Amino acid sequence: MLQIKEIDVYYGAIHALKKLSLEVEQGSIVTLIGANGAGKTTTLKSISGLLRPKTGSIIFKDNDISKVAPEKIVGLGISQVPEGRRVFSTMTVMENLEMGAYLRKDKKGTEEDMENVFTRFPRLKERRKQLAGTLSGGEQQMLAIGRALMARPQLMLMDEPSMGLAPLLVKEIFSIIKDINERGTTILLVEQNANMALSIADKAYVIETGEIVLQGNAQELMNSPEVKKAYLGG
Amino acid sequence: MLEFIQQLINGLSLGAIYALIALGYTMVYGIILLINFAHGDIMMVGAYVGFFSISLLGSNIIVAMVFAMVTCALLGVVIEKVAYRPLRNSTRIAALITAIGMSLFLEYVTLYFLTAQQRVYPASAFPLHKYEIAGLVISNKDIFIIVSAVIMMIILQYIIKRTKTGKAMRAVSLDKEAAVLMGISVDRIVSITFAIGSALAAAAGVMIGLYYNAINPLMGIIPGLKAFVAAVLGGIGLIPGAMVGGFLMGILETLVSGYWSSMYRDAVAFGVLILILLIKPTGLFGKNTGEKV
Ligand SMILES: Nc1ncnc2c1ncn2[C@@H]1O[C@H](COP(=O)(O)OP(=O)(O)O)[C@@H](O)[C@H]1O
Ligand SMILES: [Mg+2]
Repeated sequence: MLQIKEIDVYYGAIHALKKLSLEVEQGSIVTLIGANGAGKTTTLKSISGLLRPKTGSIIFKDNDISKVAPEKIVGLGISQVPEGRRVFSTMTVMENLEMGAYLRKDKKGTEEDMENVFTRFPRLKERRKQLAGTLSGGEQQMLAIGRALMARPQLMLMDEPSMGLAPLLVKEIFSIIKDINERGTTILLVEQNANMALSIADKAYVIETGEIVLQGNAQELMNSPEVKKAYLGG
Repeated sequence: MLEFIQQLINGLSLGAIYALIALGYTMVYGIILLINFAHGDIMMVGAYVGFFSISLLGSNIIVAMVFAMVTCALLGVVIEKVAYRPLRNSTRIAALITAIGMSLFLEYVTLYFLTAQQRVYPASAFPLHKYEIAGLVISNKDIFIIVSAVIMMIILQYIIKRTKTGKAMRAVSLDKEAAVLMGISVDRIVSITFAIGSALAAAAGVMIGLYYNAINPLMGIIPGLKAFVAAVLGGIGLIPGAMVGGFLMGILETLVSGYWSSMYRDAVAFGVLILILLIKPTGLFGKNTGEKV
């Protein structure tokens, strides 16, 4: 579904991604794990078009999207749940969800999807008229996920959804991700919480200073000594 | 007391005008953090378009206002595209200097083609009537200015609060990158913001023509600066702040002229600016975390 082929991404003189390649198969959960500053967010931003690779290509369903304007990428079927949630703080929960469906013209389908989001996240329903900035961290994460779902994406990019959440909430978020995937959405999940990410993923990539250093079946990586040592606390 | 209420009434129409201009400043600032110094001059162009549609085409005041609004909406969009957009990612000072340049450009092009001569707004466009109610005098001009400004503000609030485009404008002003991830085109939203802000300024220009009866190519400077102070007073970037700030500035100015001397009315505006910047740079409605102007 998505193939990143040897992309190089720079911030000015900083070479943030070095010939990075990865592939996400339709219907799967693929995780990209790595330490802080490794280049995970940069990878997702490149897919969403917010950053432009200097070389290489990003193929989504057989089309190179590496030069497509970022606001057009959502329309192709790729939504992102950005790092730090980035909900629109002085807009209500409902308005945030409406923004997720910004490009959609089918009013009825959009309303149905909003109901679906509320069914999935009853706490958002209770707070639908509340400003997003007044929600707790966990609720904001749910809102960010709901907002991305409102675009009916085929591929959902998630940037550290567990960041800053209490362990119980982290578990809840991961089971939601698994559920979203089981209902047909392909997922590329970026995480520092390698343990949790590997436990729900089909395939995993490990990134270090802008390079993929390991890749393979998530289950196998979880048991590999290198990964255990570097990312799973021994 | 009656005298005081009379001054308040007089201040309302001037305040409504400032509020309309202040809205454009604040909306543009809210979206791209630029103080559009050419905004007062767009107002001036609006005043001229209104003037010529009355004097040359014989249109009535409402048609003249609509004409001015449409013309200036286009002008605002073009100015943003040509002058500001190429600098969107440069330093803010570069954009600010460009805005000052654009302001001078509009002033001197108008001076060149239309000369510095004052033009008197055709009285035929709006025969003056004064009404006396319980000892208070109000003119049909004041009523027209206040009512049409309030209608425009209600429409604006409706657009911002209820329409998809208005919500997208708020989203862009809160977080551009997140807005782009929703599929919102920032360029489009910036264009719409300039169009709306410039249209409101144009309406204010026609109103100033009515209010002072005369217009000239440099007429945008002082009201522009006062409306800017109004926007800062309300909290730059905040739409309700611009409305309240505009009315406050208009009322304050009339009170100063009425009770003190009209010589001080301009000085007061800048006194207010200095005071806000000293005491609460984020303005009356601003949170103290906001960025300072
Ligand atoms: N806006 C930026 N300007 C300059 N360097 C950046 C910027 N954003 C990220 N970087 C650098 O790029 C590298 C990768 O960052 P990032 O993709 O955010 O890492 P991660 O998401 O894995 O924590 C880091 O070294 C970081 O310092
Ligand atoms: Mg990151």
